Amino acid sequence: MSFTTAIFFFLAFVAIFCAILVITSKNPVYSCLYLVLTMFCIAGNYVLLNAQFLAVVQLIVYAGAIMVLFLFTIMLLNLNNDSEKHKSLLLKFLGAIGGGTILLAVVIALKKTTLDAAPMVIPNTTQVGMIENLGKFLFTDYVFPFEAISLMILAAMIGAVVLGKRDKKGINEETTTPIS
Amino acid sequence: MFKDIFIDHYIYLSVVLFCIGIVGVLTRRNAIVLFMSVELMLNAVNLLLVAFSSKFGDASGQVFVFFIMTVAAAEVAVGLAIIVMLFRNTQSIDIGTSNRLKS
Repeated sequence: MSFTTAIFFFLAFVAIFCAILVITSKNPVYSCLYLVLTMFCIAGNYVLLNAQFLAVVQLIVYAGAIMVLFLFTIMLLNLNNDSEKHKSLLLKFLGAIGGGTILLAVVIALKKTTLDAAPMVIPNTTQVGMIENLGKFLFTDYVFPFEAISLMILAAMIGAVVLGKRDKKGINEETTTPIS
Repeated sequence: MFKDIFIDHYIYLSVVLFCIGIVGVLTRRNAIVLFMSVELMLNAVNLLLVAFSSKFGDASGQVFVFFIMTVAAAEVAVGLAIIVMLFRNTQSIDIGTSNRLKS
């Protein structure tokens, strides 16, 4: 087992372990922190695949922006630990069965297909994931989606501000009659 | 078997992460954890896209991942704003209580 293969397996196992902890932790703050660890492992995989730009964007966007958003929301809501009512055990069991069935179906389908048998070159030496190459693609072939997505970000920003604004009526209702 | 990394390894890793996300969405009631599970699923798909893009030397996959990340960021911003609204109205982020918004 070469060094890079060992790194891949290490990252993969940490990612899966932390992903399981994300959905099993009782406290949403712990879930959030484990999600950060998962994102770090995925960013490590991007580095192994020589997609440096995406690795950096992953760290900035997910581990930076989105996680801060999650943590701030959790702190703003000031949740108690027992705020989550327990779903019945049967439903949890059925959910796990459903997810496991999908996993099993995909794994069996993969076993029956013949994939390209050539091993991946890791660390990859192609220049595909470099920022120069991606920038050329982004501003020539994908320039219209790029501009469209900037509009979508603007719309999402306005939407978040409008949704988060509390109107006067809402304040009065909240202070006088809290809906339980 | 463990000497080299094949594309299969990345497919299996992505499928496992995706299914963990599915189980999270199906079993949790906390709306924020639900959102995290959705993020997990999006990331699994991203990982697979990057793996294939790196394997075939095609940058289109990585550009798509870039777009998916942008969409995910926008989705989280709007979704968390909706959760905050939900909490203000029902004092809970349990998704089972969101039917109280009807009245």
